[in-house]
Amino acid sequence: MAEKVLMKGNEAIAEAAIRCGCRHYFGYPITPQTEIAAYMAKRMPKIGGTFLQAESEVAAINMVIGAASAGVRVMTSSSSPGISLKSEGLSYMAGCDLPALVVNVQRGGPGLGGIQPSQSDYFQATRGGGHGDYRMIVLAPASVQEMASLTAKAFDLADKYRMTAMILADGTMGQMMEPVELDEGGYTPVDKPWAASGTGMQREHNIINSLSLVPEELEKLNFARYEKYKAVEENETMYEEYMMDDAEICVVAFGIAARVSKNAVIAAREAGIKAGMIRPITLWPFPAAPIKAAAARCKAFISVELNMGQMIEDVRLASECRRPVCLCNRVGGMIPSPEQVLGKIKEINGGVQ
Amino acid sequence: MVVFDKPHALTDVPLHYCPGCTHGIIHRLVAEAIDELGIEGRTVGIASVGCSVMTYNYFNCDMIQAAHGRAPAVATGCKRARPENIVFTYQGDGDLAAIGTAETVHAAARGENITVIFVNNAIYGMTGGQMAPTSLPGQVTQTSPYGRDVKTVGYPVKVCEMLRELDGATYLERVAVNSVKNVKAAKKAIKKAFENQVKGLGFSLIEVISTCPTNWGMTPEKALKWAEDNMIPYYPLGVYKDITAEKEAERA
Repeated sequence: MAEKVLMKGNEAIAEAAIRCGCRHYFGYPITPQTEIAAYMAKRMPKIGGTFLQAESEVAAINMVIGAASAGVRVMTSSSSPGISLKSEGLSYMAGCDLPALVVNVQRGGPGLGGIQPSQSDYFQATRGGGHGDYRMIVLAPASVQEMASLTAKAFDLADKYRMTAMILADGTMGQMMEPVELDEGGYTPVDKPWAASGTGMQREHNIINSLSLVPEELEKLNFARYEKYKAVEENETMYEEYMMDDAEICVVAFGIAARVSKNAVIAAREAGIKAGMIRPITLWPFPAAPIKAAAARCKAFISVELNMGQMIEDVRLASECRRPVCLCNRVGGMIPSPEQVLGKIKEINGGVQ
Repeated sequence: MVVFDKPHALTDVPLHYCPGCTHGIIHRLVAEAIDELGIEGRTVGIASVGCSVMTYNYFNCDMIQAAHGRAPAVATGCKRARPENIVFTYQGDGDLAAIGTAETVHAAARGENITVIFVNNAIYGMTGGQMAPTSLPGQVTQTSPYGRDVKTVGYPVKVCEMLRELDGATYLERVAVNSVKNVKAAKKAIKKAFENQVKGLGFSLIEVISTCPTNWGMTPEKALKWAEDNMIPYYPLGVYKDITAEKEAERA
């Protein structure tokens, strides 16, 4: 039986991770995600797990690499500046095809920025903050419930594809409390014959490695990895459509921006404007197909973001620039109000009539 | 009667190291220790960045190749995930004492139950002979062409001396491989560093004074002599910390 409890978003991630078999957490304190570490520090010793506060984000992600290489479910969490530090590790994890969960509870940037909510790491998450050609599976929860359910999903996808999965949340999602239904979890450990878990003198040694000095071989590895990414794009893209059946104005928003935008869409409908919303749940793979389909029948798109306009590039690419794509944003820790989004919907509706 | 054989823990692959390089000797000592303790099947090695990057091809146990300087953190994750496994890092001086200083110091401070093999040849080998954190005062390298000037770039890092102040470290010894006598002592130290981990006694680091004939610009023979005359006086051999007995008593 699923149990319903009131939880902070950050705690929901931690509890969900534990329930789906994660027994290893390595992190470094940073606001606004510290509740995840605090929760793990309390729980892990009681259930035979490992909570370790590393000396830096750099060390933490490399501890994740060590544990993932050994074949266990492992995670770390941080916030924007800390993810920049972890990005070297993210590149190595991609190069070694290591499954793990990385949580980014975003705050305003660049630099030390602020500690209030932001979505300004969209590029970093979907284009890769580290070097080299690689992708991460990026999941964007829009409720405390999804903070929990997408955590479980992220671990499964990471194991299935031997990829890093990232939860891209923001300070609001991390800090707010909502009722959440936690299922019992339960997870069947995935067979990881590639892991560096000891040969037991029963097999050839396994090597977890991203070095490949022969260009022809490194090219092959990259092509093979992108074949895998193609399968992820085909099978794992997730999104929600809201009032899109007859929509003329299509709002695209994720995370907290989608929560705000939903209210704006409802208000627009009450005002007689046919507005709808597409909410990407996976930011990579990006739900290009529903946006392309919407471009055939909508008049315009509005990308609502807590940044200077990052996802808007993917909306333009997906819609093949067939319709105007406008930005409605706040930055620096500010959140757009439903009135601001509604105002934009009205403005665009008037403008393209 | 077999009088000399390849340790089982070494693969049958030709090493890529330059002629006269002492990495080969150190690899063998590590492999012999693994063989003698019978731990190959549960040992995981962490390769670093530098000349020893391809160590993953040379040891028969499972191997992980870490980013530059990060081997002790990777080893920490690996060991915490599977405490029954024996985890060692194999790192050079640039990797361990420059870019990876924080990871080294904190793994030692935590008393992480791992074994660190630290190869100090006072130069960056793989990238072609740049100044290392352990290059000697006055030492000529590609990036200290007029000799290491301590007034502008400071002094070498003495790793064993630095780490011995940490309560978390169990066993720290500096050895060398420039003579038969020193190789024998190095073997003993390396084996003890692995044995400590098998017994769960905590962090052990063996610093091995090594040579780099290619980048020092010397014949292998002269390089061994240079190590004897210049490196060992600056980096005295010996045990810098050993609380193995106390740790064993604690566990008993």
